[in-house]
Amino acid sequence: MNLGGYVLRRLLQLVPITLGVTILVFFLIHLVPGDPAATILGNQATPARIALLHHQWGLDRPIWVQYGKFMGRVVHGNLGDSLFYGVSSGHLVLQRLPVTLWLIGFGTLLSVLIAVPLAAIAATNRDRIPDHVVRAVPLVGLGFPPFWVGIVLLLVFGLHVGRAFPVGGYGNGFVGHLHSMFLPALTVAFGIAPILIRSLRASLLEVLESEYVTTARAKGLPESRVLVRHALRNAVVSTVTVLGVNIGYLVGGTLVIEQVYALPGIGQLMINSIFQRDFPVVQAVTLVFSIMVVLVYLLSDVVHALLDPRVRFD
Amino acid sequence: MAVAAEAVVEAQLIEHRRGFAKRWYRTPSFVAGVTILGLIVLAAIAAPLITTHGPTSQDLLNTLQGPSGKHWLGTDDLGRDVWSRLVYGARTDLKVAFLAVLFPFTIGTLIGLVAGYYGGWVDTITNWLVNVVVAFPFYVLIIALVFALGSGTRNIYIAITIVGWVSYARIIRGEVLVAKRRDYVLAAKSGGLSDARIIFRHLLPNVVTQAIVFACSDIVLDILAIVTLGYLGLGVQPPNPDWGRMIADGQTFLTTHWELSTVPGIAVVVTALGLSLLADGLADLLRPE
Repeated sequence: MNLGGYVLRRLLQLVPITLGVTILVFFLIHLVPGDPAATILGNQATPARIALLHHQWGLDRPIWVQYGKFMGRVVHGNLGDSLFYGVSSGHLVLQRLPVTLWLIGFGTLLSVLIAVPLAAIAATNRDRIPDHVVRAVPLVGLGFPPFWVGIVLLLVFGLHVGRAFPVGGYGNGFVGHLHSMFLPALTVAFGIAPILIRSLRASLLEVLESEYVTTARAKGLPESRVLVRHALRNAVVSTVTVLGVNIGYLVGGTLVIEQVYALPGIGQLMINSIFQRDFPVVQAVTLVFSIMVVLVYLLSDVVHALLDPRVRFD
Repeated sequence: MAVAAEAVVEAQLIEHRRGFAKRWYRTPSFVAGVTILGLIVLAAIAAPLITTHGPTSQDLLNTLQGPSGKHWLGTDDLGRDVWSRLVYGARTDLKVAFLAVLFPFTIGTLIGLVAGYYGGWVDTITNWLVNVVVAFPFYVLIIALVFALGSGTRNIYIAITIVGWVSYARIIRGEVLVAKRRDYVLAAKSGGLSDARIIFRHLLPNVVTQAIVFACSDIVLDILAIVTLGYLGLGVQPPNPDWGRMIADGQTFLTTHWELSTVPGIAVVVTALGLSLLADGLADLLRPE
């Protein structure tokens, strides 16, 4: 099967999942105890505003009609108007999306830069001290609350050690973003690198014992070339999948990290909207976050298929 | 025939337990995990005995004090004793985390058993639900659910259950798919045992191990989620002491009193380490030889 056909098939498989995601996001409003409109408006609830919300969300209609209305709006890119800002939630999300994408991209890059060398050191020194040290990293690292890592990094690199990095904000221009986003991205990397190290070390160990590595060594290739060209390239395949599977955790972590570093991304938008009880915006951000994850699943499948042509024929 | 099959299962289980009893103290990560966690649980239980002040009692004349004989870890911005809040915080967070893992474990295991055993449309729907929940970033869905349901401990349990059951269902389903083709299940079936008896008496004891091991590492994730919710002001409600809230409260004074945020964070890290070690050790011990 060619790559296009494979991608198309995976896309079709994602349709029911995306549909389910919209159903769950739609149902969020029905989880609100009591009359959702009254609860959401809180102390700003006047009979007129409640009636308006009821009408806007169609809360007085049967549930499938409500969902139909909701989907009708979603496919037109209309995620409802913000109760607080009075503009469309989609607009608010789009405005802040670049910051979050920056954070995710930069964080992923840093986590790979941390994980690959450490896993390589561990795998080439199996059961020796470097291996034990690296193996302890996931064990300890997974227990670090991401926001707390952020605070400690702020304390060390933002307030002490030469105040090398800004304590918050997004910065201006590419270099400015790079500088301002370094600590937040490092915090993201801290969360995901332990998982990557564990899986990459395991697959490297497996690959290093395979026959083609023995062949490469027997040909007299230098060990570094065997490791990079032959072993790593193949070990990385499973790691891409692991990264893809855990992207949900990584993406979710940015929500809290944006809060620590006061980054104006969609995570911060969500938290602020929660405290402003701005339901349409919370709904919109939740939907956008999950669609992002679904797209990353697709992307990691495509990368997997590119790296390992066998999966296309499964 | 069916009775014989049950006897075999029973024998395997006893064998398993004997192996466990013989080997647990030779598994370093298990011993380390039990020790660390044991100490923390003990401290949480004995909280009234080992703390010097009430966790919520304020002393506005002695705010932001450094460590001293009277206040071992100093006081916070409301003059509350940090050590006492830390120990009582262990009580809150450990209790919530353990309960929060129990519900998804039970529900996920049941769904996984049924989906794996019966297959067909039950399995298709379960798979679809699992894939839908997995498509949401963990924290995003938990936070959105807690927002919709309202903050507080009860709603944390509900939110974590809605998100957490999928992992257990997936693990158990996979194990059941393999196990239901094994001889002992086929024997039980041909012996005319009811589906319920086969599922709970024969399949469950054989497939539950992986879910238990996962539950140990899942508690780590739950503790982090609870502390994160506390940090965002959506978790355990004040004045109840909670490590996440302590970190958030201390962040305001980061430049002058850095220890207010770092100490509760270290408590989280040590607890999580204890649980991770325990999970690792259990995985080693319960792995069939």
